[in-house]
Amino acid sequence: MTESTSQSDPQAARPKEEPPQEMTGAQMVWEALLREGVDTVFGHPGGAILPTYDALSPHEAAGRIHHVLVRHEQCAAHMADGYARSTGKVGVCMATSGPGATNLVTGLATAQMDSVPIVAITGQVPTHLLGTDAFQESDVVGVTQPITKHNYLVTDVNELPLILKEAFYIAREGRPGVVLIDICKDVQNDTGLFRYDFEIELPGFEPWPDYDPEILKAAAEMINKAERPLILAGHGIQLAGVADKLQELVEKAEIPVVTTLLGTGTLPETHPLSLGMGGMHGEAYANRAIQSCDLLIAMGMRFDDRITGRLDRFAKQAKIIHFELDRAEVGKNVVPDLAVIGDLGETLPALLPLVEPRKHQVWIRELDEWRKETEETDILQLEVDELIPPFVIRQLWHTSHDAPGAPPIVVTDVGQHQMWEAQYFIHEQAGQLLTSGGLGTMGYALPAAIGAQIANRDRLVWAVAGDGGFQMTLQELAVLQQEKLPVKIAIINNGFLGMVRQWQQLFYEKRYTGTPVLSPDYAKLAEAYGIPGLTVRKPDEVVPALEKAIATPGPFLIDFQVKEEVNVYPMVAPGAAVDDLIRRPKPRVVQGYSGVQPGW
Amino acid sequence: MKHTLVAWMRDKPGVLNRVSGLLRRRNFNIDSLQVSHSETPGVSRMTFVVDGDDRMVDQVVKQLIKLVDVIRVENISEKPAVIREMALVRVRTTPETRSEIMQFVDIYRGQIVDVALDSMVIQLVGTEEKVDSAIDLLQNFGIKEMVRTGRVALLRGRSGRSRKRGTAVWRAQSNGHG
Repeated sequence: MTESTSQSDPQAARPKEEPPQEMTGAQMVWEALLREGVDTVFGHPGGAILPTYDALSPHEAAGRIHHVLVRHEQCAAHMADGYARSTGKVGVCMATSGPGATNLVTGLATAQMDSVPIVAITGQVPTHLLGTDAFQESDVVGVTQPITKHNYLVTDVNELPLILKEAFYIAREGRPGVVLIDICKDVQNDTGLFRYDFEIELPGFEPWPDYDPEILKAAAEMINKAERPLILAGHGIQLAGVADKLQELVEKAEIPVVTTLLGTGTLPETHPLSLGMGGMHGEAYANRAIQSCDLLIAMGMRFDDRITGRLDRFAKQAKIIHFELDRAEVGKNVVPDLAVIGDLGETLPALLPLVEPRKHQVWIRELDEWRKETEETDILQLEVDELIPPFVIRQLWHTSHDAPGAPPIVVTDVGQHQMWEAQYFIHEQAGQLLTSGGLGTMGYALPAAIGAQIANRDRLVWAVAGDGGFQMTLQELAVLQQEKLPVKIAIINNGFLGMVRQWQQLFYEKRYTGTPVLSPDYAKLAEAYGIPGLTVRKPDEVVPALEKAIATPGPFLIDFQVKEEVNVYPMVAPGAAVDDLIRRPKPRVVQGYSGVQPGW
Repeated sequence: MKHTLVAWMRDKPGVLNRVSGLLRRRNFNIDSLQVSHSETPGVSRMTFVVDGDDRMVDQVVKQLIKLVDVIRVENISEKPAVIREMALVRVRTTPETRSEIMQFVDIYRGQIVDVALDSMVIQLVGTEEKVDSAIDLLQNFGIKEMVRTGRVALLRGRSGRSRKRGTAVWRAQSNGHG
C-alpha cells in the first residue's frame, strides 16, 4: 500500500489501539453502523427504540445515515433485503419492541431462507421489566431464534460494541444470513465505553471452510470423463461473485446450465448453453436434461423440493457433485457422490485449470432437439386478442432490456406472475431478479424493489406483482413518494390468487374457495399517492404503456388486467418426478377465428 | 440406532434453548440430555442421546455445528468411551425385604444413601443397561420415586502407541469430514 492511499483510508489512519470513547448505548448503535459503512436504515420507531432514534438525529442532519420510514415493519425487513440482494452489502432494519419486532419476522425469515445478509435492531423493554408481560413486550430473541443465523439480547451497555461488530461479521461472512440484536431500552440510555477494534473470536463459527484440493481434483476428473455433464447453478454463484468464472467453465468444457429460481441469470439466458430454470415450473428440456445427464454438477444450491420434485426419482442415472459452502446442506436432501465443501469464490477458479477443454456434440444436439420441440408450442407465438400474462412479461423485457438504467432489476412477488417472469423475462445477469424463492413471501415485490432502488438510484427497477400479493404491502406506495423513487410497478391482475387457483383447478376439482380477489382500481389508487398509473386490457396497449412507464420520470404503475384463468406450464405436480410434467397444452384452431386459440 | 453426541458450547444464556429448539424444529427426538461445565471456563458440555439412522444423526451434528454458540460436536457412539448414568431410587422396604434389597444393591455396586423406616434411597451408577436392570429388579419391592441423570460420557484415553487420533482429527470429523 502506498503512503497516499493509507492516508486517505480512515481505517488505516486510525491507531491500532483506539482510545475508548464514552457514549450512550444508542450512540454506540449509530457509531457501529457508520463504521460498518451503513448509509441507509429502514425502520419504524416506537417506545422501546426511541433513545436510538433520538441519537440518529445528528447523523441524519449531517447526511451520514438516511432513515427510511416504512409503513409496516415487515417491509423494513424486505427493503433491507432488496438493498442487500442488489448490493451484496448488509441491509439494516430497525423496529421497536413487541409488535414492531414481531412484524419484522416475516421479512427476516424471507431473507434468512434466501441467504441475504441483514442486521435487524429492535428495542426491548427495560431490563427490570423483562419477562413481566410489560407493555409492548415480546420475547423477540425466542421468536426469531429459528429464523435467524444468530441473535442477541443486550442487557449490558458494555457488551453492546462487541455484539454490534459480531452481528455484522456473522451476517456477512460465510453463507450470509440474518442477525437480530434486541436492545433493552435502559441499555440504550446507559453510558459505557465504546471501541470497535475488537478481534472477533467465535470459536464455534467457521464461515469459510477450506476446500480439499484432492477432492477438487477428483471433481475435475469426473467432469473430464463425463459425456453428458450438466451444471445446476444456484444463488451461491452470485453470492460468491463468480458468474464470470462459471461462464468460462461452461464454455471451456461445453457444459449446459440449468439454474434454480435464485440462480436465474448466473449464466446469461441468451447464452446457447443456458437451459434456463429447472424444477416445478422449469422448461421440459431443462428438467429432461437433469434426468438424462450422466454428471450433475450442483453449485451453490441446496436441492430445494421445488427444484428436485420427487427425491427418489431425481437424477438417479447421474453421478452428482455438490459444490457448497454450507456443510449442513450437503446430503440434506440429495446425497452427492462427491462434495466439494468450500467457498465457490475459491473452488470455481481453482477448478477451471483442472478441467480439460471438451466438446459434447451429441449431448448438446440432443438438448437442442428437445428445446425446439418446446418452442413449437410456445404460447408467445399465438395470435390472440386476449391479454395473456407471458406476453406481458416478454414485452416488459423487450421494452426495458436496453432502456436507460438497463439492465433492469426485476423484483417479483410470489405466485403465477413470479413463475412467468422466471420463464419469459430473459435474465442477462446474475442478480437481475430479486425474488422470495425459499419462503415464498407474498407482498415482497414492492418493498424489496424500494430497497433495491434506494441502493441503485440510476437503475431501472421493476416491481412485478400479482393482484393478491400487491395488496399485502401496497401501503408502501407512500414510501415511493416520500423517498422520490422511480420504481415502476407492473401488476399482473387476474382477479385470483392465481397459483392457488391453479392448484385448485388441477388438484381440487376447480373448487375455488378463497381464491377470487377483489381489487381496487390500481391506477386510481396510485393517483391517490401522487403516482401516475394506467390500466391495460388489450394486447396492443401493452407496449405503449410500458414505454410510457419507462419514459416517465419517477414512479409509475400499470395495472395489467389479464385473462383470468391462465395456468403456469409446464408444471411438475407436487410429489411427482421432475420429468413427469404437465406440458403446455397444444394450441387449437378454432373455426371462424383467424388466429389459434391456446389450449387452456 | 441410539447415538451419543457430545457438544461443547459457549456458556451463554439461552444456548440450551438454541440446541433444543434446533432439535425440535428438525423433529429429532432426544432420549436424554445432560448439561454441565466442562474443563474449560466459559464452555459448557452437553451429552445427549438421539435415536435415528446415521444420515439423520449426521444432519443433527452438522446443524448443531452451524449454531454460532456451539463450538464442537462429536458423535462418540462408535468410539471407545466411558459412558455412565446415575439413578437415585427410593424403594419401599419392610423389615422382611430390607436385607434382600441390600444384597441386590451390593451386587450392583450401588450405595444406600438414605434409610427410613419404610424406605431407602439407593444410588446406582453404571451403564444404562446396568441401571435399567437394577431398576427392573427393585421394581419388585415397589419404587416410590426415581430420578436418572441421563448419559454422560468421556472418550477413553490413549492407551498405546498405535492409536494416533489426536483431537485435531476428531474435530475435523465432527465438522463433517468423517
